[in-house]
Amino acid sequence: MPMFLARAAEASSPTEYIVHHITYLTNEAPRGVLDFSVVNYDSVFFSILLAVVFGGLFYAVARKATAGVPGRLQGFVEWVVEWVDSQVKETFSGKSRLIAPLSLTIFCWVLLFNLMDLIPIDLLPNAARGAGLGHLRIVPSTDLNVVFGLSLTVFALVLYYSVKIKGLGGFVGEFALRPFASRNVVLQALCVPINLIMELPSFLARPLSLALRLYGNMFAGEMVFALIALLTLTMGAAALATATGWVLIVVQIAVGVVWSLFDAFIGLLQAFIFMILTIIYLSQASEHH
Amino acid sequence: MNINLTLIIQMIVFVLLVAFVMRKVWPHILGAVEERTRKIALGLAAAEKGQQELAQAEKRSDVVLREARERAHQIVEQAQRRASEMIEHAKIAASAEGQRLLTAAQQQIDLEAARARDSLRKDVAQLAIDTASKLLEREIDARTHADLLDKLAARI
Repeated sequence: MPMFLARAAEASSPTEYIVHHITYLTNEAPRGVLDFSVVNYDSVFFSILLAVVFGGLFYAVARKATAGVPGRLQGFVEWVVEWVDSQVKETFSGKSRLIAPLSLTIFCWVLLFNLMDLIPIDLLPNAARGAGLGHLRIVPSTDLNVVFGLSLTVFALVLYYSVKIKGLGGFVGEFALRPFASRNVVLQALCVPINLIMELPSFLARPLSLALRLYGNMFAGEMVFALIALLTLTMGAAALATATGWVLIVVQIAVGVVWSLFDAFIGLLQAFIFMILTIIYLSQASEHH
Repeated sequence: MNINLTLIIQMIVFVLLVAFVMRKVWPHILGAVEERTRKIALGLAAAEKGQQELAQAEKRSDVVLREARERAHQIVEQAQRRASEMIEHAKIAASAEGQRLLTAAQQQIDLEAARARDSLRKDVAQLAIDTASKLLEREIDARTHADLLDKLAARI
């Protein structure tokens, strides 16, 4: 939720405000689109922090988990685990020790990423400025590196399982021999490139769409929070002196509350979608044709 | 907006986190859930069995109770029969004994009466003789008048 008056001390222009908010805390300014000497400290920090929060909470419960009467926390954790387990079992018919824990991790971790959006947009960046850090982005799922980190790992698993279960020939055959096939060798040879053109892009687009769907939704959500914050940004403390200022403050708070609720829902939905698509891709990878 | 080392770090953290959850979290939590499910199933089965056993035991106890009641009834009946028999026996014995005592007493009485009569008769005879001898002033020969005296005694 936006904090009105948050940046009153440094009344900047809307453009400066937005740009400031979409700049990462990095070790050095990136040169070009691909630059592996750069690290987004903020994304890495919050990503690991939330991994520790999720892993720590679930590990603490798992260590003390009893088959007796569960406490509230254990009940909650079991509820999440069983829900994920049922989602996996509905979609994935095979047996895998990996896919259910993977789904749980994705759902909880991404949900925690997305819920970071609900922390007042200027709160942590301003606190960071107090500590001498120029920029801070606290929602890891609005970082392309983070979402691609997830989707490419999932994609690598899909490749691994496809080759492991179908064999390299079977896996390649899925792209080369469908949907057009013929018993005639010459015709078949003609069909292969067409099949590849049709099938390969949709397969390769998977990690892209998986990452960008999450990124787009969460980035848009964050942008709307920034825009809501802009309502009173340029007025600063002067907003308290005029009637218009008060109206704007009330509108800002009301819209902020509504958007927070909506964004929490979107965050939950996107975490769920990311998990379900992961399960679907992996179950397709381990299906025999 | 660029792709950088963060991507690689994110992938490594992701893999480590999934490995951790897979080894240290998932099996324990789901294990606890499955263990509880098993326990509940066992508990329900045990409750079901217990109820069946209870029903059987009730049936059995009913049978035993009914048998016991019948047996008690029989015993009471038998006892009553035995008692009435004994009373009957006692009555018969008592009545026989009474009869016997009565008969013995009667006999005793008859005997006593006969003896008394006899002695009386003798006394009367003696008295008659004495009286007669006094009247006649002479000795009556007992032997001579024996049959006369006997007749007299028999008449008394």
